[in-house]
Formats: sequence, C-alpha cells, structure tokens
Amino acid sequence: MSISNVIFLGVLGLAIGFFIRNIRRLIRNIRLGRDQSISDRQGERWSVMARVALGQSKMVARPVAGFMHILIYVGFIIINLEVLEIVIDGVLGTHRVGAFLGVGYDLLIGAFELLAVGVLLACVVFIARRAILRLPRFHKPEMTGWPSKDALIILVVEILLMGAFLKMNAADQVLAHRGVDHYVVAGSYPVSSMLRPFFADMTDGMVIAMERSMWWFHIVGILAFLNYLPYSKHLHILLAFPNTWYSKLAPRTQIVNMPRITGEVRSMLDPSVSPPEPAPPRTVAGVEVPERFGAKDVFDLSWKSMMDAYSCTECGRCTSECPANLTGKLLSPRKIMMDTRDRVEEIGRNIDVNGGVFKDDGKDLHSRISEEELWACTTCNACTQACPVNIDPVHIIMEMRRYKVMEESSTRPALTGMFNNVENNGAPWAFGPDRRMEWAQDA
Amino acid sequence: MEPIKVPTMAEFAASGEVPEVLFWVGCAGSFDDRARKITKAFVRILGAAKVKFAVLGQEESCTGDPARRAGNEFLFQMQALQNVSVLNGYGVKRIVTACPHCFNTLKNEYPALGGAYEVLHHTQFINALIKEGRIKVEGGSFKGKRITFHDPCYLGRGNNEYEAPREVLLKLDAALVELKRSKQNGLCCGAGGAQMFKEPEPGDREVNHERSEEALGAAPDIIAAGCPFCNTMLTDGVKHFNKEGEVVVKDVAELIAEAGDL
Repeated sequence: MSISNVIFLGVLGLAIGFFIRNIRRLIRNIRLGRDQSISDRQGERWSVMARVALGQSKMVARPVAGFMHILIYVGFIIINLEVLEIVIDGVLGTHRVGAFLGVGYDLLIGAFELLAVGVLLACVVFIARRAILRLPRFHKPEMTGWPSKDALIILVVEILLMGAFLKMNAADQVLAHRGVDHYVVAGSYPVSSMLRPFFADMTDGMVIAMERSMWWFHIVGILAFLNYLPYSKHLHILLAFPNTWYSKLAPRTQIVNMPRITGEVRSMLDPSVSPPEPAPPRTVAGVEVPERFGAKDVFDLSWKSMMDAYSCTECGRCTSECPANLTGKLLSPRKIMMDTRDRVEEIGRNIDVNGGVFKDDGKDLHSRISEEELWACTTCNACTQACPVNIDPVHIIMEMRRYKVMEESSTRPALTGMFNNVENNGAPWAFGPDRRMEWAQDA
Repeated sequence: MEPIKVPTMAEFAASGEVPEVLFWVGCAGSFDDRARKITKAFVRILGAAKVKFAVLGQEESCTGDPARRAGNEFLFQMQALQNVSVLNGYGVKRIVTACPHCFNTLKNEYPALGGAYEVLHHTQFINALIKEGRIKVEGGSFKGKRITFHDPCYLGRGNNEYEAPREVLLKLDAALVELKRSKQNGLCCGAGGAQMFKEPEPGDREVNHERSEEALGAAPDIIAAGCPFCNTMLTDGVKHFNKEGEVVVKDVAELIAEAGDL
C-alpha cells in the first residue's frame, strides 16, 4: 500500500465520518418537531416520490430551468458512477479499474463526458440567470447575503469539478498514448480528446502531475461538497426524496383538524361530556414543551415542517406565484421556509453548545416571521402547487395564525368583528338567521 | 317569471319525504346582494331540471371556513359540530353548494368531525344535469361572445376540479378563452384565507386588481366565476379599471340560467 492510498483512505474516512455526524445532527433537528405519523397510502407515496423527485415532474412546469435542472440532475447521478471507480482506484491503488468492461467502459466514459459538458453549460446558464439576467425571484430581500452566495458557491464548484474531470481524462489519454507505465488505453473520450493538444508540449512528469492533481481535486472536491450539503440549500438533492414521500396527500385546501379542540367543543356543547385532559408536556432537548394551540416555535410544528424547511433549495417558485408577494406584500412563502430552517438551526447550535440541552434564548419562530406576513396569506396554495419538492408553507402560516389567535388573542381588528358575527349570527356578517331566507322571496 | 318554491329540510322531514340533494346556500349566497342573484339562478336551474332539493333555511349556519383560516379553531369547530349535528339529524347524504369555500369545508374538513357527505360544487352538479339531459342549454344569446373562466382556488388547486365549469361553459357556444394563469396556475382573486373579511396588508397593489387586469387583458365580454367571493373581487376589479360597461362578471350558474331562459 502506497502513501497515496493511505492518504486517500484517511481523507475518505474523515469525509464519511464528518458526513455521518452532520446527518445525525440533521435528524436530531428534524425531530425537534412534534410527532406526526405519516404512513398511510404507501403505494401513492412511492408514486409521488417517483414522479416528483425522481421524475422531476414539477420542475418542468418552467421548461428552461426544468430542462437545465434535469441535465444537472442526470449528470450528477450518472457521473457519480465514475466516483465509484475513483474510490476503488484510490483504495486499491489501481488505475481505471473498470477498464475490463471494454466497450461498456467506452460507452460509460463517453456518456460521462457528454453529461459533464451538459452540467457545465447548465451551471453557466444558471449563474447567468442569477447574476446577469437577474431573475427577480433570485433577488428578493430574503436572498441577500448568504443565500445568494450559497447558490453561487454550488454552481462554481460544480463547474470546477466538471472541468477537473475533463482535464483529468485528457491528461490520462496523453499518458496512455505515450505508453507511460500504469496508464491504460481505455474508454472513449468524445470531449476531453479535444483538450489533448493542451498537454502536447509537457513532459511526462508534468502531465502525470496534472492528471494526479485533477484526480485528487475531483474526488476531494466531491467529498468536500458532500459535507457542504448539510450547511447549504443544496441539501435538497438528498431530502427531495423523503420529503416527497411524506407529501401532504389530502386536498391542498384541507386544513388539518385539531382533535384536542374537538374534545373541548364537544364538552361545551354537551355538559355531560367531560373536557379532555391536556396532553402532558413533551420533553425535547431537555426542556418541557407544553401542549399549545398552534405554533409558537418550531417545537410546536410537526417534524414534517422541519423536513420541509431543510428540503427547501430557495428556488423561489413559490414566492414568484404568491398573490401576496406579487402585489408587494411582505409575505414570501420561501422566507417562511428559510426562517423555519434558520430557527431550527439556531436551536440546534444552542443545544450543541449547551451540552445537549436547549437554553431558552427568549426567541421563537414569531421573532422571525411577522404578523404582517402571516396575515397576508390568502391560503390559495399557489406556493404548494409551485414547489418542485412539495413543501407546504401554508401549513406553517396556519399553525402560527392559530397560535396568535388562540394563545395570544392577537388578530387583525376586522377579523375580530368577523369572529363575533360568526359566533352571534352564524354568519361572517351582521345578519341574523332570520334573514337567511330573504333571497327566496322572489326566487 | 314564476317564483319557485324553495322547500326547507324541516318541511321535507315533516312530510316524511327525502330530497334528492341539499342545497347549501352559504352566507354569501344568503346575505350578499350580488351573491343572492347566483343563488336564485341556481335555484331556477334546479327547478327547471325538476330536482327535488331542499335548503336548511334558518338552520344553516356558517361552515366556519373563515374562522378556521383566520386561526380561530374553537369557533370553527363550534360551527362545524353544530352543522354536522343538524345535517346528520336530517340524514343528509348529498350536498350541493355554489361556494367553493363551503364546498371544501363540507367535503374535506367535516369528515374528521363526524360529517361524511357526498359534496358537489354547483358547476359539477349543473354539468351532471346537462349530461343526464335534465336541462337543455342552447347557446343562443352567447354565440360569438368571448368568455373567460377564473378558477377559484378552493375548487381548482384545492380540489382538482378544473373541467366541470369549463364543460358547462362550452355548452354556451361561446368562445372560451383561457387566462395566462389558469387551472393549476390560476391566480387567486385575493379573498381567500379570511382576507375577504379584513383590510389587505400593506403592499403596492390589490390582488383583485392584478387578477382583473389579467382577465381584462384577454378581452372577454364575460368573466365567468364559480365563487361568490371571486365574483365580488373581480366585479370590484373590473370597476377599478372602468370597464363595467363592457365586461360583466357572472357566475357559471347565472350564464346557464340566462341561456336556458329559465
């Protein structure tokens, strides 16, 4: 075993170890949310996941971005087969261990190269859409700072990785054709063969150095990228799958029932029914969270809303379809998801520095999401329709409205009037039941 | 026009008879001047098709939709449980309503509270009446007119019903023009989520102006709606652009009632 094998194993082990640690943190953070059992209609769930995540069916609602995204997505999945070879080579000290596949290998490498070019071009187009065309949805207030940087980092890294992959292949061919020891003539190179002249004047040693450095850059880059995911919006490449599996399958406009309140109301309507016992407080991260009506903080939301937040890649299709946002209101469904994620992350860090216990920081989800945002929603579900990974911002908005109204008695003045009318007249306006049939007098 | 008798569930129960369907009028349909016309148009259609229907009359109460969407789950459930008890008391099996918000609540949210019914939107019901040959619709006065349909969120995206209202409108022999944002991508009128009952939050324009402008851009003679709240929002929007002389906002039921001269 050579020194480079040892270094490779070390890097690989470190990368995987670090990744596992981060995934465990992620799972812990998602579980800060309330329990919710989602295990019904499994056949349908697999089919939604196959269609929406695997099949990218909602991405193509916008054909240009959809096509480019599929290119990157297919490229990413297929080129990762190459990573498998690189890992085996790295561990065993072999070179192009897949070469024995013959024509199959030629086809694979050829396909990787074509896809690599596709990915490269798509990433360039994506950067142009953000930086040059400046599509409005990428330049909303919530996108300033880190979110925009995050997006550019991802795109630039992908371009660099694809570039390294192609240059590595070109140097490899030059060496194989020069008959340099260890380098085999294998694979077909529709793209990188065009880069060979670049190495023509270099000595064998220089080309080997180029080939090795690109090889290392490619694989270390991929491992670093893997570990970047949990800190980035790019996590969607993993979470899109579970998140679509756990999609809301009920009609979009159906709001989830609160059985606890059903018990309360039944006992109000019928004195012989005793009111339900309040549920015992839930202990999470060392603190007791009492049962609340609606959501004060992320602890009161379901774990699915946490997963929604972590699955969001901030594409902003929701916000660009939102009638409130389109008419200049403060509400942006994307911001609801980003705020939720930021709050969960904040709590996660708090737990980490306080030895596994959450220390009250005097903040909650309402510190980030204002009433003005909450009350601007028309519950039209344009956002849930637009989301390519079936995220549900309306649910979070509804739970936060419930908290405002039922725990804090805080609402918009006109809504108080509406509540009074419904309560007193059985109608949202000040008309009594005696006038319900007036219309029929001349029908 | 001969008035049509509107029987109540109580009257049916007293005579020991069972109606074919309960017409859930809704608060807008009962109290709002504009929406009352939709109610009457639908009743004329029911009459013409000889549908044995009933209303709850004074026993009907708000479904609770705006209360629930405004976060007041207690009030919603107070309304819902009382309504369920009335509906179940009469043994109601089938409900039709001209309001997509009532439709959504009755259909999707009452089952969790013990109220399971077959619930239809009036465009679905009218479509079935036409298909069964129970009413005849001749385009006549609508021939050559341009009609565009605004999808109510709670019928379309909410409950995946895009075709019934369109199939009905096609019977009018008019030119049905689609808006740029239609069906799954339809733009809200601005009234949902209890917005109808409050001032809009600060912004740079009104949602109903945005939507009405788009609808007017399709140069229609008629903007067809399937929801009393959308109807109000779009009517106001058309007025905002001073187009009320050229473009009318009408419910699908009103158009059918006019076409059939019912």
